[in-house]
Amino acid sequence: MEKFTTLQSRAIPLHIENVDTDQIIPARFLKATDREGFGNNVFRDWRYHKDGTINTDFVLNDSKYSGSILVAGDNFGCGSSREHAAWAITDFGFKVVVSSFFADIFKGNALNNGLLPVQVSPAFLSDLMQRVVSNPETELVVDLEKQTISVKDSELSENFEIDAYKKTCMINGYDDIDYLINNKEQIEAFEAQKIY
Amino acid sequence: MSKTLFDKVWDSHVVSTIENGPQILYIDKHLIHEVTSPQAFNELEDRGIPVFRSNQIVATADHNTPTLNQDQPIKDELSRKQLEQLSENCKKNNITLYELGHKYNGIVHVMAPELGVTQPGLTMVCGDSHTSTHGAFGAIAFGIGTSQVAQVFASQCLLLTKPKSLRVTVNGKLKNGVLPKDVILYIISKLGTNSGTGYFCEYAGNVFEDMSMEGRMTVCNMSIEMGARGGMIAPDETTFEYVKGREFAPKGEAFDKKVAYWKTLPTDSDAKFDKEYSFDAEDIAPMITYGTNPGMGIKISETIPVDENPSFKKSLAYMNFEAGESLINKPINFVFIGSCTNSRIEDFRVAANYIKGKKKAANVTAWLVPGSKQVETQIIEEGLKSIFDDAGFELRQPGCSACLAMNDDKIPQGEYCVSTSNRNFEGRQGQGSRTILASPLVAAATAVEGKIIDISRQLN
Repeated sequence: MEKFTTLQSRAIPLHIENVDTDQIIPARFLKATDREGFGNNVFRDWRYHKDGTINTDFVLNDSKYSGSILVAGDNFGCGSSREHAAWAITDFGFKVVVSSFFADIFKGNALNNGLLPVQVSPAFLSDLMQRVVSNPETELVVDLEKQTISVKDSELSENFEIDAYKKTCMINGYDDIDYLINNKEQIEAFEAQKIY
Repeated sequence: MSKTLFDKVWDSHVVSTIENGPQILYIDKHLIHEVTSPQAFNELEDRGIPVFRSNQIVATADHNTPTLNQDQPIKDELSRKQLEQLSENCKKNNITLYELGHKYNGIVHVMAPELGVTQPGLTMVCGDSHTSTHGAFGAIAFGIGTSQVAQVFASQCLLLTKPKSLRVTVNGKLKNGVLPKDVILYIISKLGTNSGTGYFCEYAGNVFEDMSMEGRMTVCNMSIEMGARGGMIAPDETTFEYVKGREFAPKGEAFDKKVAYWKTLPTDSDAKFDKEYSFDAEDIAPMITYGTNPGMGIKISETIPVDENPSFKKSLAYMNFEAGESLINKPINFVFIGSCTNSRIEDFRVAANYIKGKKKAANVTAWLVPGSKQVETQIIEEGLKSIFDDAGFELRQPGCSACLAMNDDKIPQGEYCVSTSNRNFEGRQGQGSRTILASPLVAAATAVEGKIIDISRQLN
């Protein structure tokens, strides 16, 4: 897993609530057996019309906006457990998703793929969304060590929460498999004396 | 100290706790399917890590499978490849696989309970968010991502922070025509799609106690639609009776010993939950959804609410519905009865009971997709198939089918589908399709009438 410490970038505003994983990556693209290439189809049915032409109204197709931070509406990533959603977002080039609320499974999947979910207050999100929408050149700074997200050259800044263990994993690029395998003896001992 | 059902099962599975961090939770049963497992197998192979406990894994092919001509080679190359890879991976790692055509094949959340793999007090995971279904037995069951599938392969454990506890209590007498699906759609419509996020939910009250296991599975299945990782119902005689005698259930004395243990699992009377909600059964009516998330539901006789929120408006625009309008008499051309929510024998009995002696409306394409081979066989043996055939419904072969439209069972662009599945997201049943979630009874009635009707009025 790639390490994450700090990131300064412009952001793309996705001003929609309850973005579900079926929108992030539709089911018909889940037939692949490897992890690569899902970025081509991220938000496929919002980026393209059914006839394959580009939907110029969708924010990801608006050349004004760029950057590796996605600023999204409340309850991002609800629905299916497909990790393909996290793969698609990272493959497209995002390293951070900001929202006022994340669905559990998506949040876990993101953290397992070096994609940082930054949960902010609804008021902060609303302010941030407005600034990014009105000024696409707005630069955001995400500092994982300090657990802060700020708008560069402004007073707008907020702290965010992250599990201490997951924070260490993100900063060092560790994943859970390493940790679990190193604890095999303990797991075997547990199996030997299960009470149920 | 007083404990909830969830506490008891969780605490008995904690291997260890990282200081200021997550816990190592032991997983008893790991269910896998073709879509979310290949990358996990690849990861293990790349890192040279063996599968730790292959005898605790059960595999089935369901998401991507055709529901016609299952005895013939799969036409779609990518789907075929994905199924072949599942077979290869299972063979290589000594994992039991019920592949397409096997008498135990079916949707993972239908076939595992049928086989007695699902039992009270267990921890179960699957790379599928509807794993919450198995909580109906008093198991802790939840969906995981593919990285976690790899973790369970490697260690039979997961690193997790214990979720908070939530209890939803429904007491009283359900009205005529109100099914378990209506109960859960009602709860989600009241609580919204993220009220359960960060929580594990227990359903309590006489409404759930009186439900069959099939009904309880329908309820727990949709826990994830209100954001809860899982839902649970206390095991009782109904549970024990269901598990007894199934293929992988303990037998004889071993079964009695298990039952004695399972009886200790229900929530202690003075246990505290982090959040509680309570509803009155009499207020629940046959439900229907009008929007693009499962929380956007109303009683079938109600009108679509008015809301100025842009996401709400976007959702109605997608559905081509107006705020304030009624859905009664809306013409519907597609009906789907199936999915891990409603594809068990009881669901088809409800549908057949309504359909008997009636005919499907000419404008409707009606697909009935059983959840498993066993359900399919039962439909035929109980004579339900001939009722469906006579009425013009099409009984297909088992699989996830039009719930997520990964196979050829797609609803065309712009068409409405009254569906017994669990998600009405944009394009869920095919690009541009519009899903209306409902119970098997409402779905059957829609197919007969060719439009949405007020089923409660008809029944009364």
